[in-house]
Amino acid sequence: MTGTALPVVETGCTDAPVLKERGQREVFCGLTGIVWLHRKMQDAFFLVVGSRTCAHLLQSAAGVMIFAEPRFATAILGDRDLAGLADCNDELDRVVGELLARRPDITTLFLVGSCPSEVIKLDLAKAASRLSVANQGRVRILSYSGSGIETTFTQGEDTCLRALVPELPAATTDAPALLVCGTLADVVEDQFTRIFAELGLGRVEFFPPRRAASLPSVGPGTRILLAQPFLNETARALTARGATLLSAPYPLGVDGTTAWLRAAADAFDVAPERFASAIAGPAQRARTALARHRPTLEGRRLFFFPDSQLEIPLARFLSAECGVTLLEVGTPYLDRALVAADLAALPPTQLSEGQDVEKQLDRCLALQPDLTVCGLGLANPLEAAGLRTKWSIELVFSPIQGYDQAADLAELFARPLHRISRLKV
Amino acid sequence: MQLTLWTYEGPPHVGAMRIATSMEGVHYVLHAPQGDTYADLLFTMIERRDARPPVTYTTFQARDLGGDTANMVVTAVREAYERFRPQALLVGESCTAELIQDQAGALAVGMQLPVPVVPLELPAYSKKENWGASETLYHLVRAMVGSAARPRPARDGRRPRVNLLGPTSLGFRCRDDVREVRELLASVGVDVHVVAPLGATPEQLATLTDADANVVLYPEIGQTTAGWLQRTHGMPVVRTVPIGVGATRDFLAELGAVLGVDVQPVLDRPASRLPWYSRSVDSTYLTGKRVFIFADATHAIAAARVARDELGFEVVGLGTYAREMAREVREAAKGYGLEALISDDYLEVERAIAAAAPELVLGTQMERHIAKRLHVPCATISGPFHVQDVPARYSPQMGWEGANVLFDAWVHPLMMGLEEHLITMFSEDFEFDETGSHLGKGGGRRQEQEGAARQTPRAAAIGASGSPAMPDAAVEDSADAALHQADDAAATAVAVAVAGPSWSADGERELKKIPFFVRKKARLNTERFAADRGIVTITVDTLYEAKAHYGK
Repeated sequence: MTGTALPVVETGCTDAPVLKERGQREVFCGLTGIVWLHRKMQDAFFLVVGSRTCAHLLQSAAGVMIFAEPRFATAILGDRDLAGLADCNDELDRVVGELLARRPDITTLFLVGSCPSEVIKLDLAKAASRLSVANQGRVRILSYSGSGIETTFTQGEDTCLRALVPELPAATTDAPALLVCGTLADVVEDQFTRIFAELGLGRVEFFPPRRAASLPSVGPGTRILLAQPFLNETARALTARGATLLSAPYPLGVDGTTAWLRAAADAFDVAPERFASAIAGPAQRARTALARHRPTLEGRRLFFFPDSQLEIPLARFLSAECGVTLLEVGTPYLDRALVAADLAALPPTQLSEGQDVEKQLDRCLALQPDLTVCGLGLANPLEAAGLRTKWSIELVFSPIQGYDQAADLAELFARPLHRISRLKV
Repeated sequence: MQLTLWTYEGPPHVGAMRIATSMEGVHYVLHAPQGDTYADLLFTMIERRDARPPVTYTTFQARDLGGDTANMVVTAVREAYERFRPQALLVGESCTAELIQDQAGALAVGMQLPVPVVPLELPAYSKKENWGASETLYHLVRAMVGSAARPRPARDGRRPRVNLLGPTSLGFRCRDDVREVRELLASVGVDVHVVAPLGATPEQLATLTDADANVVLYPEIGQTTAGWLQRTHGMPVVRTVPIGVGATRDFLAELGAVLGVDVQPVLDRPASRLPWYSRSVDSTYLTGKRVFIFADATHAIAAARVARDELGFEVVGLGTYAREMAREVREAAKGYGLEALISDDYLEVERAIAAAAPELVLGTQMERHIAKRLHVPCATISGPFHVQDVPARYSPQMGWEGANVLFDAWVHPLMMGLEEHLITMFSEDFEFDETGSHLGKGGGRRQEQEGAARQTPRAAAIGASGSPAMPDAAVEDSADAALHQADDAAATAVAVAVAGPSWSADGERELKKIPFFVRKKARLNTERFAADRGIVTITVDTLYEAKAHYGK
């Protein structure tokens, strides 16, 4: 495990002070992860055990995906369920039975805990094992928490994958194998797969897999490379099963992707020449494409509201590779170890963790940034106040990792600036 | 416990948010965990609101639960009051806070703030959004008006004036309906005193009783309040909802009777183009079009009347998700010889639509998606709706102009009459491309989309879904295309479920000679005809016997 090959900033943010705030948070809860997880694992179904609010949230976050019968649903708790937990468990068994009868195609069912299910102490882990026994062999039933009192937005993916870890088959050999963790768009996965093949890495698997029924294996030979910066618990659980966590930044931008790939290459003793030749083509074309956006972004002052925990790696990309000036980088939760490489490469800037949205809005409006990255609840109000904004949610739903997406990622930030320069009304 | 895939309504506290967001000078403190702030984007994105909803969330977490969550309420109320200085505060709980029983409303009332504090108890595990909105408006009005007797305003030769009750933020076309109804009232010499909640302040609510009557534009939201004002303060109520030419006339007649105003001159010259457009010969093809209607109760009942009486359609389905007004919708449905569909299960609605084989669906965004899957034209007539149903142009549903809008909005999705004749005329021509229709089924665009779906890496994927409230056409089309195969499977499943008999080769060949836009209906009708009579194989004769049987 060697360094990260990212140009470390002498006065980086490794030990920078963090403004910790508590107050109103303008972020989604962990249930929202279902929106991308159900599309990634197409044989899995997500059943939220919660309230009408949970169902309404998922529907609002999922936007237009109503075109198909979704692979997620909510078992909405009613007054009667609250009256007695015994009945509540019976009801859950009934609903799961109904669901499995409707959808014989699903191989894995996640019971997803919510704020209300946790407050009434409905034990979904116990329910999952009870229902697994009842549906022996037909479908795997697991549980995890996506509740707003326990998780924020992308943490829902962490708790989901964490629940899958005990299900991963043990590796049959101790030979080194790479396990890339964190949901990536299939197209990005395929690009990385080609590069890993060029590097001669041998066995490379992705977690979560495209089918929940075909899980990757794990063992002492497993080397974990995180593709997303919010998988704290998953990484810990995999490590407990003998895997080794590679230290790397995240594959955003050209340098980020190169450093990320190098962490894997180093772990597998890939010769430097082979590495250089494997990445030369994609890295070069990515640099050329990215350069087109630099003039738009260079010197622009940018403010991050907390959203997905991607903020630190994104800020690294924008400052180091696009010349952006960072005013404040807010993140819902700062795990210094998981973003160490990106933090070290971040120029001195105001970091903030948690949120008191009113105070943060005050700071943002006082600073008048050129671009503000924020959620959809804040974007139009800030635009109306004269600021340019970038919806952070698109950064979670779009393929942004890897060489061939580096320019797309920059373009997402450049577009609002281009747009405003076009409008004459 | 109810298995729910998609919901028509949010929880009741979202209804309360709609009232707070509709008004000026109101702030709502909501005891709620992190994540409930998602509701803000309904307003900022679907309605493109340029300001945050006036809502403060206490944002408690698991680690707070053992401690003093009640104190978080007090802090949030105090800070919200100091920051926003509202004329009135609403204080309530979302579903999770209801369980921890901090009594947020009572706590806030005990704080002795210098403005009215209205505690809201909206049971999240039994009630829904529209009920929450209605209750919130009612409690706020009660708090501002009070129950002490007030003198009815003297007329003193002034023009009569009314309040408009019910229009809200995230209500369907409320902004434009209010303007249209204002003009309609002006045309008979009636002024508008207060519009509530949309645009009203709490101080204005306190003057509601200065009006001569209340006009309930949206009963789901305004009926409870109007009923209380009638019982407690003797204010008469105008209940007819002026959607469609006939209902607008009835509305004016009721208004005239209540206020003692002569509306006859306006009734003699209804200022809508709908009656003439419907009589125009090009509209002949609209005759007997089968229409399925599912919406909130107000719009569903109104749409059925317009569809049958003003456009000459045949109403083949009528229903609502609003159980609070199920009785009214059942009553209306009887008038069309139908059993009303009262359900908030969108899969049940989809099954009912498929079974009714309509030629037009009038519904909410849910029915728009259902109709798209079933390849049936559709128009949105009620909430819930997407961002594209908040048009930039003036587009009311009520009054004379509203009737014009209904004509356009419902007729355009259908194939234009002349176009239909031309297609029939040319359908035997070897150069005719029947895929040119905009309706999609078997259309060229559809084939292109399927091609595109095959080429698109399944991947684009995680992104292609788009995000909340940003269903721009491109995103929809790609999602649509990607799912077409599944849709076809679903459509086939529906057909098979209805079917039973099989087609002879001759029968199948004859069926193909029928113009494509009625072929599906002919197929379903013939299969139903055969199934009812235990016919196993459908021949050419069966096809024509069915045609004769169902023929108009």
